[in-house]
Amino acid sequence: MSTDVNVKLEALAGVDPNALPLQVKDLHVEFRTRNGIAHAVNGVSFDLRAGETRAILGESGCGKSVTAQAIMGILDSPPGFITGGEILYRGVDLLKLPESERRKVRANRIAMIFQDALSALNPVFTVGFQLAELFRKHRGMSRKDAKVRAVELLDLVKIPAASQRVNDYPHQFSGGMRQRVMIAMALALDPEVLIADEPTTALDVTVQAQIMALLAELQRERNMGLVLITHDMGVVADVADRISVMYAGRVIEEAGVNDIYATPAHPYTKGLLESIPRLDLKGHELSAIKGLPPALTNIPPGCAFNPRCRYAQDVCRKDPAPPLYQVSPNRTAACHFWKEVKGDE
Amino acid sequence: MSDVVLETRDLVKHFPLTKGIVFKKQYGAVQAVDGVNLQLRRGETLGIVGESGCGKSTLARMLVGLETPTSGDLFVQGKNMSKVSAEERRRGRRNIQLVMQDPYTSLNPRMTVGDIIGEPFEVHPDVVPKSGRRGKVQELLELVGLNPEHINRYPHQFSGGQRQRIGIARALALNPEIILCDEPVSALDVSIQAQVINLLEKLQKELGLSYVFIAHDLSVVRHIADRVAVMYLGKIIEIGTEDDIYDKPTHPYTQALLSAVPVPDPKLRGLRDQIVLTGDVPSPANPPSGCRFRTRCWKAQDICAEQEPLLQIRDKSGHPSACHFAEVRDVVHAAE
Repeated sequence: MSTDVNVKLEALAGVDPNALPLQVKDLHVEFRTRNGIAHAVNGVSFDLRAGETRAILGESGCGKSVTAQAIMGILDSPPGFITGGEILYRGVDLLKLPESERRKVRANRIAMIFQDALSALNPVFTVGFQLAELFRKHRGMSRKDAKVRAVELLDLVKIPAASQRVNDYPHQFSGGMRQRVMIAMALALDPEVLIADEPTTALDVTVQAQIMALLAELQRERNMGLVLITHDMGVVADVADRISVMYAGRVIEEAGVNDIYATPAHPYTKGLLESIPRLDLKGHELSAIKGLPPALTNIPPGCAFNPRCRYAQDVCRKDPAPPLYQVSPNRTAACHFWKEVKGDE
Repeated sequence: MSDVVLETRDLVKHFPLTKGIVFKKQYGAVQAVDGVNLQLRRGETLGIVGESGCGKSTLARMLVGLETPTSGDLFVQGKNMSKVSAEERRRGRRNIQLVMQDPYTSLNPRMTVGDIIGEPFEVHPDVVPKSGRRGKVQELLELVGLNPEHINRYPHQFSGGQRQRIGIARALALNPEIILCDEPVSALDVSIQAQVINLLEKLQKELGLSYVFIAHDLSVVRHIADRVAVMYLGKIIEIGTEDDIYDKPTHPYTQALLSAVPVPDPKLRGLRDQIVLTGDVPSPANPPSGCRFRTRCWKAQDICAEQEPLLQIRDKSGHPSACHFAEVRDVVHAAE
């Protein structure tokens, strides 16, 4: 398999094999809608090393899925427009590539799995056909060879009786099995980076455990970088190496997994952790974050979190938004008062 | 007995599967709920957990009267709902109200908030006289933490958490004693979830409500419930106090379910006693013989296929469990 992969890799000009597999620098995305401009992503940066799991944590509407779509180049445009920043794959800025070049990266080098596998798969083709299509279009294989590969892939993601299931349609699979098909499809061309957008949100906990275990195993085998987009603090604690917490289109805290959970340095991260029901809080009120996330068409000046924040002072209500302060050599937080937030934990 | 506000005895709901258009022939049934016995006491919260397809929502629909049981009895405040007159059944239903899962589809987008919350009064006009209804609706809005002046707004003008509050206000309109919450927070973000859970607990304290709380999120159920029932394929397989279920689970399915919940603490990674089940939940149209969990169970023996384990107290843990080989295994604290 590896020889034909390399053919495609060399076809992409300017690839530096020593550069990081994925770097996002100061990405800006906006949606131009009838009700005004929605600033969905406002300067997101992160790095991903080979074999590393980077979690992007945030609630609905914080821009985490839009970031993923921008990386993959599948943003609906219009209304979505990338207005600034760079997305580097091994040193090549994907945003500057023509679509024909970009196709070589998509699925080949950077692949994605989606939350809702049923709507991500085409209902009128068998899963085998859809898997084989990847090999036929990207690798120029014959139908027969491609079908053999499809069976191998279903086997890889531990779908029982793969050689029979390959002729089934997506609706004939259960939710967990469908998500396995999605994973198979994403891994088909042996990518270096996998973006998983809420891969287990629609699944039950026992099935979630199966899927996360499978992903971890495949990631280890291939030394693949994983960008895990989720709102589930439990899943993140289980699998992530580094975490970027997003709020209103910005990364507001970036750190290793242990640092975030032990000593959050941003009030929003801290609030999120405190609002999870915990054993020792039984019978007590949960400490909820008051208020609502801002509308992306109308983000408050200064720190976007200030109306909900118990640490907020006048400085937080004025532009510019707090920069990412260096909390320790390996972590940053976008809060003027990170010392206090971190200290009183 | 007066302490029990809601009771079910052998409640069964089978949905027939039919063939043919003119001459319909039944060839099977989806056994959504198959013999459920529950008791809800005054002022307590009974949590019901289980995965999708285990029948928890069908059970909820039967409890509020949206679905007629195939067999079995439902007692609301000691009255058998299938034996009483239609008028009395209507009165009984007033006492048990439902908060639905999805705050986006459970509110009519063409009705104002005032009309939505006031609609129950049109069905039960004797609860509040006509002249006092608007005032009562505003009172309810205030009770659930919304601005009473927003009575003329439409649902789309509210956020998800606020809409769920509207749903709660509607459920409270008829002064019920029992509120049935069917996944009330699963559609909400974590920070909003906590707000709604706090509201539910506050209301319970103030109004002396009893809750049946259905959810798939085990940590939320642990936080709010006094007793917990675990369902699998239409049956309750283990029931006990919150401590019994979380600290001393005896049924393998409960243990697997608990161990599958990710713990938000990276220090415990790799240390937890994690049971990863194989396979999927079997179809409720054709459940396995004997114990319904046996196809995925690591303890299964021949007896599990031959004899159905009854929900009864089996070992020294002291709470009922439907497993021939019930034994305590602490999966939650194993790593601590």
